[in-house]
Amino acid sequence: MLKQTEGSAAVAEAVALCRPEVICAYPISPQTHIVEALGRMVTAGRLAPCEFINVESEFAAMSVAIGASAAGVRAYTATASQGLLFMAEAVYNAAGLGLPIVMTVANRAIGAPINIWNDHSDALSQRDCGWIQLFAEDNQEALDLHIQAFRLAEELSLPVMVCMDGYILTHAYEQVDLPTQEQVDAYLPPYEPRQVLDPASPISIGAMVGPEAFMEVRYLAHAKQKQALELMPSWTDEFKRIFGRESGGLTHTYRIEDADTVVVALGSVLGTIKDTIDGMREQGVRIGALGITCFRPWPTVAVRRALADAKRIVVLEKSLAVGLGGIVSNNVAASYAGSPDLVHTVIAGLGGRAITRASLHQMFGQAVEGRLEPVTFLDLDHAAVERVLAREREQRRSGPIAESILRDLGVVGARIG
Amino acid sequence: MTYQPIRFYQTGTFTVGNRLLPDDQRSVQANMRRTNSLNSGHRACQGCGEALGARYAIDAAMEATNRQLVAANATGCLEVFSTPYPETSWQIPWIHSLFGNAAAVATGIAAAMRVKGRDDVRVVAQGGDGGTNDIGFGCLSGMFERNDDVLYICYDNEGYMNTGVQRSSATPPAARTNTTMPLGESAGNRFGQGKYLPAIAMAHDIPYVATATVAELHDLEAKVRRAMEFRGARYIHILVPCPLGWGHGSAETIKIARLAKETGLFPVLEAEGGKLTNVSKIKKKLPVEEYLRPQQRFAHLFRDPPRRDVIDRIQQMADRNILRYRLLEDVERRA
Repeated sequence: MLKQTEGSAAVAEAVALCRPEVICAYPISPQTHIVEALGRMVTAGRLAPCEFINVESEFAAMSVAIGASAAGVRAYTATASQGLLFMAEAVYNAAGLGLPIVMTVANRAIGAPINIWNDHSDALSQRDCGWIQLFAEDNQEALDLHIQAFRLAEELSLPVMVCMDGYILTHAYEQVDLPTQEQVDAYLPPYEPRQVLDPASPISIGAMVGPEAFMEVRYLAHAKQKQALELMPSWTDEFKRIFGRESGGLTHTYRIEDADTVVVALGSVLGTIKDTIDGMREQGVRIGALGITCFRPWPTVAVRRALADAKRIVVLEKSLAVGLGGIVSNNVAASYAGSPDLVHTVIAGLGGRAITRASLHQMFGQAVEGRLEPVTFLDLDHAAVERVLAREREQRRSGPIAESILRDLGVVGARIG
Repeated sequence: MTYQPIRFYQTGTFTVGNRLLPDDQRSVQANMRRTNSLNSGHRACQGCGEALGARYAIDAAMEATNRQLVAANATGCLEVFSTPYPETSWQIPWIHSLFGNAAAVATGIAAAMRVKGRDDVRVVAQGGDGGTNDIGFGCLSGMFERNDDVLYICYDNEGYMNTGVQRSSATPPAARTNTTMPLGESAGNRFGQGKYLPAIAMAHDIPYVATATVAELHDLEAKVRRAMEFRGARYIHILVPCPLGWGHGSAETIKIARLAKETGLFPVLEAEGGKLTNVSKIKKKLPVEEYLRPQQRFAHLFRDPPRRDVIDRIQQMADRNILRYRLLEDVERRA
């Protein structure tokens, strides 16, 4: 059913159609609309039997999900930013225990300075936690990925994080195709746990593992994640047959057939990138894009194949490995058969800084002409940075950096460009 | 409470006369059908109070729930000594997730059981004082506040014993730990405001709160049974002496626990809905010195010259407990 709706509402509908049994909620922007919508459905009895638990922290949210999942029911929660960091210990634990929890991460920057707007710092900080991480490009994909996430999680007995850009997707009203309960039921079988806390058959879960077996347990986590690289593409036909549209898979390519320059990115910024590419194609520039849907496990083969003929690569990422440069670009470089010097890192959109078509056009142009630096910060206000550095040279007590920059900028209102 | 108080003293001793009781009041441990939920062969230290308390508590909970019990365990001694895989001492479904989240994991299990229509399956969460008073405090308070159907049992050995005896917020003033060494003028752990978790639990107005010691295991079993008669959040705080961390003989665990009660330092009580309903009377009031002296963690108080000032302050704590909880007065037991 086609419906004009908010991204968060669409995701809540998708989760509801997956028949969750325990939902844990702790408020943090920008994921709150999702759990609010689910809470309303539980209260109305639409999801019965389903428990909606308002917990006291994100750490508790993930812990309640761990208990529920280990006791054999389908568990879901959502978070973002500081919340994801606050639950980090339990996030690793859920993966280590092999519990198929599904969690939405409404991607948001991490402080300090505190910032509620979108980038990918939160999810990418957890890239090695053992969760499968899927990134949605638009609200339809966010909706679809949640349905696929439950199936993938339960098939592999691994938790899955569905990442969608905070505000840009969560709060955007778009048309989505909402599936029916029958469609979702046909795709997602009832949860059959691999391990369950059951008095009829007592087991111990979470024992200490020493050097004699820890390596093997960790290897199996790696091997199991890699199984997703085969499962996800193999399910796309089935998904299309049931839902009538293509969705999911590991990566998406856009006009890369004869592209000399390929732009790699995650999430909603791919829309702007594609528009920019269309414009440049009209001018005869051979440029295309590679969207990473499945960030963990990293789709090495698919990325290598997509980049096989590229002469230069621009990795546009909304995250920063401080002191190094890019996070995604390091993954890309490791999958690129050519010289790593040809992989350019562009840090963009941190803390919600708008990524405009004009800026992309200019930067892609520099890349095509071979003038792009190895690491570029898109639309960085160099003057503002220089003022802070100068002040620090001049006086010892130069004050807090964030506040200094804001004072220098003055009242600017919402800066779009 | 339904438990019929019986005087176990025979000619002034503390010998338990199980045979004097009707069948339904005999100790679970005396029953050949006890479940041995925490089975023998685990790796607790000799004389471990926590192992003793956990065996009695969980077996009693198993009996009270007709063996429909699931346990969530915080990281700590109990978790480490019971599950050095491939060995596990647990004969019940048991999960260990993290140090600070046992209460929340238990909430999740209880929610799952409700969803599955398994109201017969009950949930216990358990941890040490570190996992309860300190790092797990937020999750515990959340579980209390929501009145989730979980019995949380704290085995309080007054410190981080698993990591090698460091101070927790349950460590008593003046006690030596490896992070509160009595060096120079310092007499071990500093005097703070205390963090008496049973009172904090009572402040949540949860259906049932009780304290117990491993010196009175019959009482402990009765309290676990009583706890299982309620739905909602329940809390039992058990004092479990630690021969390693407290520096007393392995054979003295029960004696030390008894002294903690008889001096007034550890009140043994019950509360329902936030109201105190029962207090175990002190049989023979003893000075705190009797409790402190046998423990190496207080040895620095008894050197030459002894730290009378510090001992007096600890005595004041005991006296305050005796007044506050009327540990010496006769109050009517709740029928």
